[in-house]
Amino acid sequence: MTNQIEQIQVTTTVNGEKVTALVEPRTNLVDFLRNQMELTGTHVGCEHGVCGACTVRIDGEIVRGCLMLAIQADGLEVVTIEGSDDSGEIADLQKAFHERNALQCGFCTPGMLMAITEMLEKNPDPSRQEIREYLSGNYCRCTGYEAIVDAIETVANTRKGA
Amino acid sequence: MKSLKWLLNEKKIREVQLKPSAFNYAKPSSVDEVLGLLSEYGDEATILAGGQSLMPTLNMRLSAPALVIDINGLSDLSGISVDGENLRVDGENLRIGALTRHTEIENSPGIAEHAPLISMAMPYIAHPAIRNRGTFGGSIAMADPAAELPACLCALDGEVEVTGKSGARKVAAKDFFKDLYETDMAEGEILTAVEIPKLGAGYRSAFDELARRHGDYAMAGVAAHAKVDGGKISDLRLVFFAVGSTPVTAKKAMNAMEGQSVDDASIAAAQNALEQDLSPFGDLHSSAALKMHYAKELTKRVLTTLSGG
Repeated sequence: MTNQIEQIQVTTTVNGEKVTALVEPRTNLVDFLRNQMELTGTHVGCEHGVCGACTVRIDGEIVRGCLMLAIQADGLEVVTIEGSDDSGEIADLQKAFHERNALQCGFCTPGMLMAITEMLEKNPDPSRQEIREYLSGNYCRCTGYEAIVDAIETVANTRKGA
Repeated sequence: MKSLKWLLNEKKIREVQLKPSAFNYAKPSSVDEVLGLLSEYGDEATILAGGQSLMPTLNMRLSAPALVIDINGLSDLSGISVDGENLRVDGENLRIGALTRHTEIENSPGIAEHAPLISMAMPYIAHPAIRNRGTFGGSIAMADPAAELPACLCALDGEVEVTGKSGARKVAAKDFFKDLYETDMAEGEILTAVEIPKLGAGYRSAFDELARRHGDYAMAGVAAHAKVDGGKISDLRLVFFAVGSTPVTAKKAMNAMEGQSVDDASIAAAQNALEQDLSPFGDLHSSAALKMHYAKELTKRVLTTLSGG
């Protein structure tokens, strides 16, 4: 690299906490979260936007953490799986995943949970087909997805009844 | 959650692993500023809009620009909103700001009313997390041969607004897509908006694509638009994607359907004409012959949809 590249200051809110840091422009958001913030719940899989393991929420919308620069999060609110876990908003999803054995190695699970959270906000009563379509951008190489769809269906039904 | 107080520890920062090669970053606040940077850096600069195609090429070091120009701060490109939408109705045309994100278009009642073909195509574009970031203008400027929106824009006779040092110019969609990832845009120009004629009376649209899995790149796809009157099709547009290096308008098949009702005979005639319209090349997932088979099947499906069947 040339020595003319300057680090840029980024000020963002991560899981409710205001953070100011210096980053190189080329730093991916997910690498910033994992390496500088040590929030390693967000995983790095394919590193080019295919697998969904790096899914985080920016200003409430899910995005690929590997397809955004950390500096682009300046002034925005980032929520990672750690934030979703702390807030308790996905406790029922986590429980349903556990009970239905909807994870095996668990590598895809944080990204799955972030995507499912947004899906259920937009569509609280999804069909199995709609669940599969929404999660088509989140790869799981263990479960064959069936158990994941089951777990989500259970949560959607429980939330409806609540 | 652990405290973040240690964040500014410089040693930590130096240990960070980085994928793209080093570049400088600019976030201009006007189109003029972008044009200035483009003329200063030439092909050493690249524009970052939604980033959903650019970032993979940076991560894999397929491109290594000296400067990334982040246009997400351009109020000029996202500030043409009406009723909270990045959409303007100019007489007979819809105007969509280049930075409008796919999700916003997918949810837009204005698009659904005036350009239903675009609404139909949206769910096929990648996945929700990609559509939350990816932009309409980015997809058009990228000109990926397997992308949905370039074909839709051609089917709807849309126009692309390109802005350079000498001002803005409009290019018809059919003249915009030149070759594989090549457009009519010259160095130093930026795509600023897309215009689409409002849906005409009696016109209908249909869209379909075949992919190995929902959201994957299409193996073949088609955008269709026609006037349907008493079951008869006229002024049909059939524009295919993922079967050539640009969107392919199937003129012979379109002509075969002119004034026809949609039935087994007219579908077969259109499918036969397709052999002269398309010369697909095979790729990793499908041979040329298989792509032709897909295109014929898609033709049958969209014609059936257009006729209300």
